[in-house]
Amino acid sequence: MLKIWSMKQQQQAASAASGKKKVTAAQLRVQKDLGELSLPSTMKTHFPDPDDILNFTLTIEPDEGMYKGGAFNFDFTINQNFPHEPPKVLCKQKIYHPNIDLEGKVCLNILREDWKPVLNLNAVIVGLQYLFLEPNASDPLNKEAAEDLKTNRDNFKRNVRSSMGGGYVKNISYDKVTK
Amino acid sequence: MATTTVLTTESPDRWKYLNNILTRRGPYSDETFEPGDEPKAFLADLKIFGAGGLGCEILKNLALSGFKDIHVIDMDTIDISNLNRQFLFREADVGKSKAEVAAAFVMKRVRGVKITPFNCAIQDKDDEYYKQFKIVVCGLDSVEARRWINATLVNLVGEETLIPLIDGGTEGFKGQARVILPTISCCYECTLDMLTPRAAVPLCTLASIPRQPAHCIEWASVIQWPKEKGDLKIDMDDPEHVTWLYTKALGRAKEFNIPGVTYAMTQGVIKNIIPAIASTNAIVAASCCSEALKIATTASPYLDNYMMYTGDESVYTYTFQHEKKDDCPVCGNLPQALTVDPESTLEELMEKLQERPETTLKKPSLRTSAKSLYLQAPKQLEEQTRPNLEKQLKELMEEGDELSISDPGMPFNLRFIISFSS
Ligand SMILES: [Zn+2]
Repeated sequence: MLKIWSMKQQQQAASAASGKKKVTAAQLRVQKDLGELSLPSTMKTHFPDPDDILNFTLTIEPDEGMYKGGAFNFDFTINQNFPHEPPKVLCKQKIYHPNIDLEGKVCLNILREDWKPVLNLNAVIVGLQYLFLEPNASDPLNKEAAEDLKTNRDNFKRNVRSSMGGGYVKNISYDKVTK
Repeated sequence: MATTTVLTTESPDRWKYLNNILTRRGPYSDETFEPGDEPKAFLADLKIFGAGGLGCEILKNLALSGFKDIHVIDMDTIDISNLNRQFLFREADVGKSKAEVAAAFVMKRVRGVKITPFNCAIQDKDDEYYKQFKIVVCGLDSVEARRWINATLVNLVGEETLIPLIDGGTEGFKGQARVILPTISCCYECTLDMLTPRAAVPLCTLASIPRQPAHCIEWASVIQWPKEKGDLKIDMDDPEHVTWLYTKALGRAKEFNIPGVTYAMTQGVIKNIIPAIASTNAIVAASCCSEALKIATTASPYLDNYMMYTGDESVYTYTFQHEKKDDCPVCGNLPQALTVDPESTLEELMEKLQERPETTLKKPSLRTSAKSLYLQAPKQLEEQTRPNLEKQLKELMEEGDELSISDPGMPFNLRFIISFSS
């Protein structure tokens, strides 16, 4: 048999220890990502169980743009395959937004097709915040909202306001997200 | 299980060619290699582990290379679609455990070999189980299972234990074989960035402008299923679920004039089935098993450390030494032993850490696998974990727990295994 142990000893003095309850690679990475999170005053996190860092809610309260005055909640679910797989992000409220559908799914490139393990949670959060500053009509998930934004920006703005107040837009009732 | 017939007499010619290799020195044999009966006897005694989708090939090759004590784990049962390449199985075996049928077949065919099968997931076995092996050969088909076995073997390093992991994988006409000497050479996690993630289609394309049949199938599973079925999970082995998705996808395809959606395609897209090509599996498994033979006997130099095989555009292989990543979360920093006073508080522990040069950190956050001890960001977690600072360590952790310390100024987490001072 190859003398692997002596190769190891030549390389360095081994002093590793082996434990019972190991921290998983996903946990290690999320812990690191959270420590590097710099949240502006418009965003806060909520951890229902602080010992479980793989599941939390992020609240975004835009202080400018068309969605100013609303509080938007996103559920983050991170599995053991992180960062090979992106976190799963779902908007908890039914909102009128061209890039978020009525079930809360979010069309953000780095949450799906452009995710890379070198990206971190901060990148995802910045991306979400950007969606409220610059809703994008060319990547529609809510086709009607995208159409409104494309054809009549003022009308779109009015629809955003009434949907945020819990009103109807084109026979669809939206959740109240204003305080 | 079939009965095993063991013939007691052995023809002298049976291992003729293996003997040629093991009883003579080759020009590249390791300096520690002692030709003769010893390498063969060692081979016969050495406990080796095999698992994964390449199982049939690996088992057959190991048994025919002189390994005689083989363990195999496979949680799958035999499906009719396996019969085209998994040659140890017959139609009558459909529905039976892959590990058990394969073990019985090879034991019957290769006399003198002992194969111990387990019908479970590799994750169901613990450190003690894996510690008994000298070599682990895996042809696993999921990233998750490979990360797990890799991390397990890396964490086992210590006290004269260092188990090489020989990892093989295929995707259609492409494949790779690699030798991982945990903590010495590059590990699976070191190369995770290199994996091409599953080619995903933007959600908005699925939602608004499907162009291919696969887009319609993904639309049915990613968008329509949660909309209509709520939290119910898709079970791809449930024909009712597959039929539901197929019907929805077909309707969508009609709406957009996209031909080609079939039931089989629906299964393929959702399960992300990459076609397994028998010959690619054979090539990669053969490479893995000859590495096992070389490492076990030192008769020839082993692969250091990565062989890629590309058979889709003519044929191309390339062998190179993949570099170990210094900041690899799994092998970059192994947990070190740390003895703490169970009566002291978490705050006192953090002060103590500041006295050690390697743990002088600006803004350290501390966790065990089960508990957030003290996390300095984000703000809400800091507030939630601050009360722990006053608590005694014995309330927060147990002996044997792993402590992970992160810091924004550090590229990786420091890891410690806790023991209590008496
Ligand atoms: Zn590594």
